[in-house]
Amino acid sequence: MRDAFAKVLYQLARSNPKIFIVVADISPAASMAPFQEEFPNRFINVGVAEQSMIGMCAGMAMRGLKVFAYTIAAFAAYRPFEQIRDDLCYQNIPVTVVGVGGGVAYSTLGGTHHAQEDIAVLSALPNMTIIAPCDPLETKAATLACSQLKTPVYLRLGKSGEPILTAGALEPFKFGKLRYLQKGNDVCILSYGPITKMAFEVAGKLEQMQRTVSIISVHTLKPLDKSGIIETLKTHSRVIVIEEHSEQGGLAAQVKQIAWEGEANCLLLTFSLKDKFIHIYGFPQDIWKAHGLSCDDIFRKISTTYLRGRM
Amino acid sequence: MVDDTGKQRCIKYRKRILQLSLKLGALHIAPAFSCLEIIDAIYHKLMRHDGNFPPEFLDTFILSKGHGALAQYVVLESLGILPESELNNLCTPTGKLGGHPDYGVPGIEASTGSLGHGLPIALGMAFADKALGIDRKVYLVMSDGEMQEGSVWESMLIAPNLGVDNLMVIVDQNDFQVLDRVSKINPNFYPILDKIRAFGWGVVEVDGHHSESICHATRLKAIQRPLMVIAKTVKGKGVSFMENSSIWNFRSPSREGYELAIKELDGGLK
Repeated sequence: MRDAFAKVLYQLARSNPKIFIVVADISPAASMAPFQEEFPNRFINVGVAEQSMIGMCAGMAMRGLKVFAYTIAAFAAYRPFEQIRDDLCYQNIPVTVVGVGGGVAYSTLGGTHHAQEDIAVLSALPNMTIIAPCDPLETKAATLACSQLKTPVYLRLGKSGEPILTAGALEPFKFGKLRYLQKGNDVCILSYGPITKMAFEVAGKLEQMQRTVSIISVHTLKPLDKSGIIETLKTHSRVIVIEEHSEQGGLAAQVKQIAWEGEANCLLLTFSLKDKFIHIYGFPQDIWKAHGLSCDDIFRKISTTYLRGRM
Repeated sequence: MVDDTGKQRCIKYRKRILQLSLKLGALHIAPAFSCLEIIDAIYHKLMRHDGNFPPEFLDTFILSKGHGALAQYVVLESLGILPESELNNLCTPTGKLGGHPDYGVPGIEASTGSLGHGLPIALGMAFADKALGIDRKVYLVMSDGEMQEGSVWESMLIAPNLGVDNLMVIVDQNDFQVLDRVSKINPNFYPILDKIRAFGWGVVEVDGHHSESICHATRLKAIQRPLMVIAKTVKGKGVSFMENSSIWNFRSPSREGYELAIKELDGGLK
């Protein structure tokens, strides 16, 4: 996903001389090379200084530049939180803060490198926009959207090697709207970010049970497409949320709130990271599993509801 | 622009601030008094403008020590950028002006109040101006107490790398923070000058209540480097009982105190 981001940024920079990127000693190195070679003065490494990265980006954007700040998600969201709040959101300055390795993508590096509650804390900020694409293709569309938005944006990316999930999507990426990747009549899975691949695995198993499944990429977490979610709650008997984010303040919590307010009749099951720091290392899947997020666990819970004969 | 000497203007500003303070229980008077000559010099002497009244400035000023807002408001009032009525409505629901500068208010280029935010923003602006080939200077006032924030040191390290010789930082060194003297809490912070020089900035020390010295120092051009002017000031300057006293960081005088202060100011700035 970081390579997809870097490629689009380079393309954008070629036609728009106001595109700049400010990094805090983290960069999608190889894929960023063309940008750095062609526009060395528009790639700024401030060093290990995230607060100044965000403050500087605010000042640059106030002068009309189109600026992207880039570093590891945990360092992009937490260390300079007050700069994001005061310099970007309070003043409503259009800077895109790119967090690479959202969730637990840095799965061997421990909790200091995990962003498992980034969406919760950044969603709480007025004026903030949050986008979390699910694959490299959607990352391209999301990056384009970021370059056009007039608000601060947090672009939450995975890292590298994510599979393509949206090549056969039913709908194109549209900022602020749910995106149906496939459509069914029984179960609807709402997801975002790289863990969306688990939604496809779960759907595959359900399809073997003769259930038809919708899969939706909820790439825009703020502003959330509430009416779209209300519609999916109406049109499916089971709605599932799978997310690589804490159960506190992520998509699951919001969908529950929308379901309650909208008096939804469907069964709603949510699968999020636990509200816990789990000291475990391995592949992202190993950490997901430790949080109860695996295809088997999720499928078992959903199929149990069918075995119990609900609806 | 306005035919008035800096010294006379600063007496008027102090009286105006005291007058405003009568309506409100608590205001940051003393931190405004310490940087009045600096802010007056920036607006009336240093920043380039179109010559109209109210002027349109080519250069930019940011008050990073946002709690000195009163000083900026009264100077903006003297320039006709903020109307008298707006200052009279200070900190009320019918007005636009609060206790700290807010972006979007005429003359205010950044929302400050939380310390350590101004320098990175000013650095970004100065860098952008250079990148866009715009001849514009960015003036920033921060306080010595504010310099305890880590973001200030980050930006002090970064700024010389970017060749921003259009960035002029003036430090209001009044040696006070909320609870005590800065030099008592962090004795190793002083002298500041050596540390800034070691970071690769052009740096000079001046009397922060002497307008000509401030202007002279700030006009020095450091080659391809940002400039920091360490302006030695007195917190509460101009009213003897407010000077160098922590309690006047956030307090308004009584009616009697007000009369006493006005009398002293009418006697001329010491």
